[in-house]
Amino acid sequence: MKQDIILAGVGGQGILSIAYVIDNAALADGLVFKQAEVHGMAQRGGAVQSHMRLSDGSIWSDLIPKGEADMVLSVEPLEALRYLDYLRPDGVVVTGLTPYRNIPDYPEIDRVLEAVRRAPRAVVIDSERLAKEAGTVKAQNVVLLGAASPFLILKEDSLLATVGALFRPRGPAVLEANLKAFALGRSAALGL
Amino acid sequence: MSRQILLGDEAVALGAVHAGLSAAYSYPGTPASEILEHLVRRSAETKDFTAVWSVNEKTAYEEALGASFAGKRALVSFKHVGLNVAADPFMNSAITGANGGLVVVSADDPGMHSSQNEQDSRFYAQFAHIFAYEPSDHQEAYDMTREAYDLSERLEVPVLLRMVTRLSHSRSAVAVGPPRPQNPLRKGDPRDWILLPVNARRRFTRLLGLQAEMVRLSDGSRFNVLELGGDRSLGVIASGVAYNYFREAVAAEAAPPSFLKVSTYPVPEGLIRKLVAAVDSVLVLEDGYPFIERQIKGLFGVAGKTVRGKTDGALPASGELTPDIVRAALGRTPLPALAASGLPLAGRPPQLCAGCPHADTLKALNKALEDAAGANVFSDIGCYTLGALPPYSAVHTCVCMGASIGMARGAADVGLHPAVAVIGDSTFAHSGITPLLGAAVADTDMTVVILDNATTAMTGGQPTYGSGERLLRLIEGLGVPKERIRTIVPLPKHHDLNVRILREEIAHRGLSVVVAVRECVQEQRKKRS
Repeated sequence: MKQDIILAGVGGQGILSIAYVIDNAALADGLVFKQAEVHGMAQRGGAVQSHMRLSDGSIWSDLIPKGEADMVLSVEPLEALRYLDYLRPDGVVVTGLTPYRNIPDYPEIDRVLEAVRRAPRAVVIDSERLAKEAGTVKAQNVVLLGAASPFLILKEDSLLATVGALFRPRGPAVLEANLKAFALGRSAALGL
Repeated sequence: MSRQILLGDEAVALGAVHAGLSAAYSYPGTPASEILEHLVRRSAETKDFTAVWSVNEKTAYEEALGASFAGKRALVSFKHVGLNVAADPFMNSAITGANGGLVVVSADDPGMHSSQNEQDSRFYAQFAHIFAYEPSDHQEAYDMTREAYDLSERLEVPVLLRMVTRLSHSRSAVAVGPPRPQNPLRKGDPRDWILLPVNARRRFTRLLGLQAEMVRLSDGSRFNVLELGGDRSLGVIASGVAYNYFREAVAAEAAPPSFLKVSTYPVPEGLIRKLVAAVDSVLVLEDGYPFIERQIKGLFGVAGKTVRGKTDGALPASGELTPDIVRAALGRTPLPALAASGLPLAGRPPQLCAGCPHADTLKALNKALEDAAGANVFSDIGCYTLGALPPYSAVHTCVCMGASIGMARGAADVGLHPAVAVIGDSTFAHSGITPLLGAAVADTDMTVVILDNATTAMTGGQPTYGSGERLLRLIEGLGVPKERIRTIVPLPKHHDLNVRILREEIAHRGLSVVVAVRECVQEQRKKRS
């Protein structure tokens, strides 16, 4: 059993928080994992990505070979497109639909979403709306983690326990909003 | 034995702590910063060892060397180009030797994710005649760091640990062992540590005498693995993360190529001879320069064998290796993958944060220089290097820490006007003070703009030594006349005033320093939350 995931977004969108939750859930579920991330210059509003590999056996490379990824999980639709060629032919794309426009030549959003939806399995989530509904627009990353959760080989309880551990120190309101964000994302992906 | 989730950098840090670390020193630089960040956090809790952000890598190295002289185990870490700054004490510490174990971590950046070159630190280990480790995963990063301390004390020389970005910034679970106690104080022998020629010649002879022992240790290292397997037509020699890419590519094969994993230097000569003798052709996989490959090929190659790698184009000579590049070099077909979208994807380069003080300074500087056709702005290493990109396009050079001031002086000396240097407060403390001292004595016709945002921002907000009042007193102390030291507050509402002040100082035919004082917005945000 193994699962390879490309996490994508823009520096500051909370990619590393998603990675943190998946890492800890993997440890709790007794899986081995490697998770390569981007630090330094690119974190200043640049495109960032993290290669997340989960397995119940051994993992050699920190980077996912092209064609090996089971999922692209992106907080932003243009960033989701950047890594399509990492996906195996039956891989799934889970992405938020709200563009992050900090560049002058951002393509037309309809064309971006159309390209995302051309992937054989695409789950496009209005993470901004759901995060606001959960109580904080900052929780878009957790909405998307929730949306990805039905496809992950990790236990939902392990993910929720780590979301709890991550946000509990920031107070009950933040914790509650993030748990709700996770649930809303999960329901949206499941079409509930 | 517990398992902990650690970055590669953190695995090194924890390995050092568990090896009985007493003192660690560093200067921030991607991808090495997380080593000392981990140690600073940890020592704030446990208070049983010292962890210090030094003023620069040279001082960091000398501080670690002092701790080693005193008999304690010490760590010094930096990015690869940091070892250039520390090269003087580094090279000489191989001659003095180490008293307490001294481990030097140099984190290379193949692919230049956040660097100005991709130099390979293994050459420095060879240059200094010292032993080096190259981990391929997190567990090895931890285990090798621990072992490096024992080896450093056994050989009485510093040991280098080569990291690369990909491992430094990858996270995995690591099994950690029980900690070892710290060493007692025990001073070094002055006859070893006074590098007068009479002593240095004797010490260098000793170091050369250790070389054969280092090769024996490398050949016997448990981290080097030789497998003469099913397929003997090809033998792969792979080091560091390249070894992972090789194993990934052949994981499902019944008769994979024979291979040798190289994890220690000097190269394990005996193991390499065994592999080469057993196979028809050799492929060398290493992230960085073709360090092993060139040693095997030498000038004349290996009679009767082909040795392929970066020198013959089997792998690209520059850039970071990936599983896909290694797969192709092994002649394996690419995996079936989804096609790219076909939509032209706009790039998303890093940029200055919204509200960044540097943006206001650079805008004011652009305005102040708009009529000065011959002007040149020499810049330095920091977030403000992003001022080279649109919409600012405000700076014209970026070479190495502190180069802005020295280069502006050189250009001014030969008639370039206006010559402007732009440098951050941390970079100024690191390497800007000495060139400004020279320029102050000469009253060089240039304008130095110091961006004082009170932090080392690009690497995540480490402390800085040359900020605020201390910075102003420092500039004055170097001999810059008080009336030529101007302060501006880089905010949009002060734009016109700032442009006027910059124009006045640029017009002054002599040395001026303009200090732009406003705190980094990221640091402000951290304090609020």
